[in-house]
Amino acid sequence: MNWMKRYWWKLLGVGILMFVLTFGLLSKVPTLNILNETIRNLFYHVPMWFTMYALFAYSVYHSILFLRKLNMDNDLHARSAAEVGFIFGLMGIATGSLWAKYTWGTFWEPRDPKLNGAAIALLIYLAYFVLRSAVEDETKRARLAAVYNIFAFPMQLAVTYIMPKFMISLHPGSSDTVNFKQYEMDSQLRLVFYPAVLGWILLGFWIFTLVYRIQKLKIISENEED
Amino acid sequence: MKKIKILLFAMLAYVASNAQGEAVEMANTFRQSGKIYVVITVIAIIFTGIISYLIYIDRKISNLENKQK
Repeated sequence: MNWMKRYWWKLLGVGILMFVLTFGLLSKVPTLNILNETIRNLFYHVPMWFTMYALFAYSVYHSILFLRKLNMDNDLHARSAAEVGFIFGLMGIATGSLWAKYTWGTFWEPRDPKLNGAAIALLIYLAYFVLRSAVEDETKRARLAAVYNIFAFPMQLAVTYIMPKFMISLHPGSSDTVNFKQYEMDSQLRLVFYPAVLGWILLGFWIFTLVYRIQKLKIISENEED
Repeated sequence: MKKIKILLFAMLAYVASNAQGEAVEMANTFRQSGKIYVVITVIAIIFTGIISYLIYIDRKISNLENKQK
């Protein structure tokens, strides 16, 4: 049972997600105007952002470690986690945009702080990858990227989570939007929502380990060629 | 008299708005017809497929790592 020791958290994540994906369509949800059945997007769209936060947090943690010890392995961790986190962010934007089309009648509401914040956050991380690809020297690249990442993480958290809380937003869950004032998480929603967040985070980290290991193999094989 | 009229109107409006709230459209018949389980099974199959592929990739990388050691 040696493989169980290595795989248990991956299996746990898959099991949880199987529950979330199926029960998410069956569970009882609050009946609210405008939202209707799309309230179930809470189980699918919202965990994308939480997984993105988790991976970005892991990424910035390794950036800090890198600056302390200057170990290139930390740089590889930070890079891979940011990459997977970015993909989850793209999923969040795509699903949110589709929902907006059917709820607000437009794929993008340009005046909404939550939407613009999400777009800015992804652009901040796009700049992180551009910065990495622009620097040739490995150590220099790792150092610059680590410093930039430490700025990027609180910035993306501010524009996607904190700032929209103080502004008027159409997005469900925002403070003073008339139609969603009644939108509160009841126990039925939590029963699926919390596992959904945990399950997607576990799956996100699994994908991260794959990206990291492939990059590691690539570096080793490149060194052998030299 | 005018105040009572306004009050009555307000009460009526409140009741009307509440009644509207109860009639929120949900996919009740969709579920009753039973075919929602088909969709759920489809989702489960797709998810199983993707996870199997992920496991396959994971093992492939493990093999490569073992070769390099």
